[in-house]
Amino acid sequence: MIRNIAILLVFQLGGEMLARGAALSVPGPVIGLGALFVTLLVVPGLAERMRDTANGLLAHLSLLFVPAGVGVTAHLATFAEAGLALAAALVGSTVLAILAGVGAFLLTARLTGADGDE
Amino acid sequence: MNDPFQLWSYLAQEPLLWLTVTLAAYVIADRIAAALDEHPIANPVLIAILIIAAVLGLSGTPYATYFEGAQFVHFMLGPATVALAVPLHANLGRVKRTLAPMAVALLVGSLTAILSALGIAYALGVRGETLLSLAPKSATAPVALGVSEAVGGEPSLTAVLVILTGITGAIVATPMLNALRIEDWRARGFAVGLAAHGIGTAHAFRVNSTAGAFSGIGMGLNAILTAILAPLVVTLLF
Repeated sequence: MIRNIAILLVFQLGGEMLARGAALSVPGPVIGLGALFVTLLVVPGLAERMRDTANGLLAHLSLLFVPAGVGVTAHLATFAEAGLALAAALVGSTVLAILAGVGAFLLTARLTGADGDE
Repeated sequence: MNDPFQLWSYLAQEPLLWLTVTLAAYVIADRIAAALDEHPIANPVLIAILIIAAVLGLSGTPYATYFEGAQFVHFMLGPATVALAVPLHANLGRVKRTLAPMAVALLVGSLTAILSALGIAYALGVRGETLLSLAPKSATAPVALGVSEAVGGEPSLTAVLVILTGITGAIVATPMLNALRIEDWRARGFAVGLAAHGIGTAHAFRVNSTAGAFSGIGMGLNAILTAILAPLVVTLLF
């Protein structure tokens, strides 16, 4: 497990160095994700060995968002002033984005014959 | 340390206390969500945030002090993002067959998220830094913070808007898509991931493993696209 976490950190570190070094607007962890994915294509055995660690970490993904979310307590003034408008924007745009995404996916799948899983 | 005040001032300075509170609140929130049969509104992130916010409010602790301890949990977002490569690889066959639907859904969904958030907030009178902080809210936290800073938003406000977006997506997705009788787990997962990033993905993994894998892909791709589109949209509109 420690070895797998070290692998994840190495890819994140490489991603951060590339993102900051080349001043990219894509964040380091996302570059690390892409680089690890390419590595897994080349070394499929690694995917098998990393599976449990990755699934274990992703099973508790929700927990990792809690500290940033508690930041709402530092922005109570903004929410007191514009809370309703922000709530409407968040709910409205999230619903619209999910519907637009699902609709575009299904329509394109039908047009390209990729509909129906398996 | 017989004086309770001394004990408190020791604990309040150490990361241990707030790290423990974060994990304990999450365990309690997870139990509550399970006790309510994973009802969508009983989102564990939302419940944990409410518990911790109440503790901070009652103890008069500033957010910065809390974050000193909680940053260790926050840090794991980076490695978890990298780890998404593993389920993505496991679904390689499916991913190859759905490249075109994913590309179109990504572009349409990402633009819809940015434009509708800015449009609704603007129509309701939100202006300035607060409005700009909304632009990257569908992207995963580390991306959204960087974009917010780049477009003139307030990164710490964006962090909150990102979390609230994720919670909203996790709450509305399942009832809404069930009501619409959409049965394609690939489409469902992908759309939730692109609209509601990691919290949506965490929810998708709880519902269906295919949805979870596609949600992870949607989140990763939209992180990249939002980093490109949000600054463009803001430059064109404002």
